[in-house]
Amino acid sequence: MSERGIQWFRFTAPANFYDLAGHLIPWFAALTVALFAVGLYLGLVVAPSDYQQGDSYRIIYIHVPTAWMGMFLYVLMAVYAAIGLIWRIKMADVMAKAIAPTGALFTFLSLWTGALWGRPTWGVYWVWDARLTSMLILLFLYLGYMALHAAIDDRQRASNASAVLAMVGVVNVPIIYFSVQWWNTLHQGASITVTEAPTMATIMFVTLLIMVLAAWMYSVAVVLARARVELLERERNARWVRDRLEGGQT
Amino acid sequence: MMEFLAMGGYAPYVWGSYLVMAGLLVVEMLQLRYRRRGLMAWIRRMARLRAQEEKQ
Repeated sequence: MSERGIQWFRFTAPANFYDLAGHLIPWFAALTVALFAVGLYLGLVVAPSDYQQGDSYRIIYIHVPTAWMGMFLYVLMAVYAAIGLIWRIKMADVMAKAIAPTGALFTFLSLWTGALWGRPTWGVYWVWDARLTSMLILLFLYLGYMALHAAIDDRQRASNASAVLAMVGVVNVPIIYFSVQWWNTLHQGASITVTEAPTMATIMFVTLLIMVLAAWMYSVAVVLARARVELLERERNARWVRDRLEGGQT
Repeated sequence: MMEFLAMGGYAPYVWGSYLVMAGLLVVEMLQLRYRRRGLMAWIRRMARLRAQEEKQ
């Protein structure tokens, strides 16, 4: 074993991905910590209170990033699911499956922080507002995807069936985005759009962007870590897994 | 400090949001770590068994 010639197994996709992700994760983790540290300090200490909402508005610094990540990650998951379905790339299914729990977590957190913000602002934790309802549906789509993937024993069938679910569910994302325009219910419209200047103070806007970036970096790190575990599980009998463990490399 | 913690009277809402988020992110990372550790232990055990069989 000590003699290492041409290690063909090293060039297989799963092994390469496993190694590359292993190198990348610490960087994304460090960025996550740094960005959250700066963002939390700015958001909770430096940024002034809102003149109407007082300090309750500070929930925005986690409410908006979690809601955006819930939506971004769903689209990303559906894209990977589609790649896996169309081109039969197994790594794509691994990535889609690895994204789902983190996307579901962020979607849940956006609902949770929204409820805790809604109570002092609107007087209620929950209403069947278009934005809130479509966000709840997003959470159910994530959970449905995960349940379906787990329910089918045959890996290829599980991958295909859940990929179709993920792709069909994508229609919900624009519905969430435009819900505040299409149905004029309780949730406010967008404060930040691509085409116009944000309708908030610069310090708040900058803080929000830093928190969004922090949530992105966290997602990348955790999804890569979960994809690695998922790969190990699927390939636990493969040669490259054994070689890495015997080499003391994890 | 007390003033900071009071969040202008909105403490339960603000901290209820931030702490639950922090808690759930930590849970997600720990869950992943346990899953990975369990799997590693299984792979090592199987490797050892295979090595023993080869010896016999």
